[in-house]
Amino acid sequence: MTDASQNAGPMLAADGTPLKQSLARSLRRQKLRALLLISPLLLFVMFSFIVPIASMLFRSVENGMVAETLPLTVEALQSWDTQSGELPEEAVYDAFVRDMVVAVENKEHTRLGSRLNYEETGMSSLFRKSGRKLKKMDPETDGPFKEQLIEIHEGWGDPQTWSVIKTHSPAVTNGYFLNAVDMRRTPEGAQSQPEDKRILIKLFGRTLFMSLVITASCILLAYPVSYLLATLPMRVSNLLMILVLLPFWTSLLVRTSAWKVMLQQQGVINETLVWLGLVADDARLIIINNQIGTIIAMTHILLPFMILPMYSVMQTIPPTYTRAAKSMGATNWTTFWRIYFPQSIPGIGAGSILVFILAIGYYITPEIVGGTKGVFISNRIAYHISSSLNWGLAAALGTILLAVVLLLYWVYDKIVGIDNVKLG
Amino acid sequence: MKPTKTLLTAAALATAAGSLSAEEMTIVSWGGAYSKSQLKAYHEPYSEKSGVTILNDDSSAEAVAKLRAMNEAGNITWDVVDVVAADAIRLCDEGLAMEIDPDTMLAPAPDGTSAADDFGDLLVSDCFIPQIVYSTTFGYRTDLVGDTPPADVCAVFDLEAYPGKRSLEKRAINNMEWALICDGVAKDDVYDVLATPEGQDQALAKLGTIKDNVVWWSAGADTPQLLADGEIIMGSTYNGRLFSVIEEQNQPVAMLWDAQIFDLDGWIIPAGLSEERQQRALDYIMFATDTQRLADQAKYISYGPARASSAPLVGQHAELGIDMAPHMPTDPENAKNTFLYNYEFWADYRDDIEAKFQAWLAQ
Repeated sequence: MTDASQNAGPMLAADGTPLKQSLARSLRRQKLRALLLISPLLLFVMFSFIVPIASMLFRSVENGMVAETLPLTVEALQSWDTQSGELPEEAVYDAFVRDMVVAVENKEHTRLGSRLNYEETGMSSLFRKSGRKLKKMDPETDGPFKEQLIEIHEGWGDPQTWSVIKTHSPAVTNGYFLNAVDMRRTPEGAQSQPEDKRILIKLFGRTLFMSLVITASCILLAYPVSYLLATLPMRVSNLLMILVLLPFWTSLLVRTSAWKVMLQQQGVINETLVWLGLVADDARLIIINNQIGTIIAMTHILLPFMILPMYSVMQTIPPTYTRAAKSMGATNWTTFWRIYFPQSIPGIGAGSILVFILAIGYYITPEIVGGTKGVFISNRIAYHISSSLNWGLAAALGTILLAVVLLLYWVYDKIVGIDNVKLG
Repeated sequence: MKPTKTLLTAAALATAAGSLSAEEMTIVSWGGAYSKSQLKAYHEPYSEKSGVTILNDDSSAEAVAKLRAMNEAGNITWDVVDVVAADAIRLCDEGLAMEIDPDTMLAPAPDGTSAADDFGDLLVSDCFIPQIVYSTTFGYRTDLVGDTPPADVCAVFDLEAYPGKRSLEKRAINNMEWALICDGVAKDDVYDVLATPEGQDQALAKLGTIKDNVVWWSAGADTPQLLADGEIIMGSTYNGRLFSVIEEQNQPVAMLWDAQIFDLDGWIIPAGLSEERQQRALDYIMFATDTQRLADQAKYISYGPARASSAPLVGQHAELGIDMAPHMPTDPENAKNTFLYNYEFWADYRDDIEAKFQAWLAQ
């Protein structure tokens, strides 16, 4: 049996090992070498891109702080019903004092206070003030604590306080994501934020809408410029190219600030219009600190990202095609629309993706020229990162933004087809 | 080729030796004229005295977020950080700043008054060493307000007497207080009213009366630029910025000190420094916040020293040669009607009211 199978068995290489195996080994060696070659890039992408994104995703649901700082309290609160409307029993207060003595020792109680303050206004000072007094207590001898704690701060006599602690005690939370879509986590489940605090959905919508407008205006402006660049004689088109690239090399902040000087009511554009008599002195145009300002400035800033891919695609369109069409009697318009335009679509596609994705995450330009109605969701993300320190919410907002971009990319692929995108 | 090489080696050796022996510390501040005043008043004399090289980092605007990130990464690269009091409270709450004992870690006044008494109420957090008192107040264009220049803060809300644009900071803090004061709420009741949803709505409604005429700023330099361009007729900003527009750039702008809101700026030392670096930071703090040094800073910028004992020592501007005392927010003439920012209140209510305010702005 064995003999037979060996005879009919695999072909052997010169050294006696099966050919398949030997081939696999040499291929593996090749793959390993290729992997080694790309490893610097791989590691770079890994540490500068994938790891941060993963940690951001994780941060948007991570909520270990409550259970870590107040382990005994969280356990004692298990049996308490948030709906009862009554205060928890002495056992909870006792557990809380034990937890807090440790937390104050490690200086963790105020951190927990600022975490819970995102959910319920007043928690920050409640923890800070109580911490000072609780430091002096001995959990073994000073009980019972219920009355004493309420004496220290009336907040401990409000069932709402305990309800917030219990609601936000799980180590993994959907609370940040709920906040990111203008909802909040309550003991009764997810609920809408009060009307006067809803802002984030609106900002998401505005970010998408304005990015689309900016992309569209970039297409309109860039198409003729790219066409000129691709068709004019080399010497002239080089000069034009420099004019396109010059602003591209200028600092973003400088360009944005320059727009401020141009667009403000006592600015260059308004002064000129008033001087020409086109606009009355008391009815100067308001074209900054609103959506128009953001659209104008960002269209200018992102224009090169549209022109360059369009130009390189248009350069590859052979002029013979249009000549052929004309020789067969097509009008100028028909030649353009039926022959030239379809061939330039991959350039439009590439430019649009670049501009749209850059626009959706823009932060500094809307901040400077956007006023109140022209700011994007990224401005809120920046606020939560650097001012309110609510990194969980910032991470949730960022994750949603990332998901939206990926979704739109998928839709784009379905409609236009990602193969139909060329950078040249 | 060879001499060059020797020279390079020598230079490299010298640098290596230098970095081994010289002590360095990184001090974080706001940049611009403010950092310059600290350089002249604190850093240069301190380096001369101690031999420590001071590196500047202008990251104070992002200090809280960056310190938190450094703390999470376990690598704190800053030694002393300049922050506003509200940020100091947050850092202290988050356990990111070291607690300071004013009696042992800060210098007493020359007459022997303890540092705790000399700073008095300004020690608003256990981690915070106050340095200056600044105020957020209004400046107006003298040539655009007509014959009756504004005398009180409610001129901001008076579109009939003072038509035109005004600038306000793009956040709830300060604006809500001014709105309530001008809506008839007594100064002492402002924060009690603001703690209620009705009070917040009242403040927003008052701001709503001028909303269409407001340019919202987010950088301290915005209002001075808008005033200089004639884009607005009045606007809020930090008093030191207005000083430089008026005195250094000679623009037709005047101060409206009424209902100026006092705030504090000062130092914190990050928590978790090594023993050696902490000692060095404390040594710097002891020097830089003594009575004379705080008074020296006022030669370069119009912010009031945080120590009571420094006030009599405030002299003239180092370059302009004008008396600085009348330009201090704490000067009795300017401080006739002031408002003290309530840290405790904003630490609690900031997230809540800010969310409402931003939603209101976006409407």
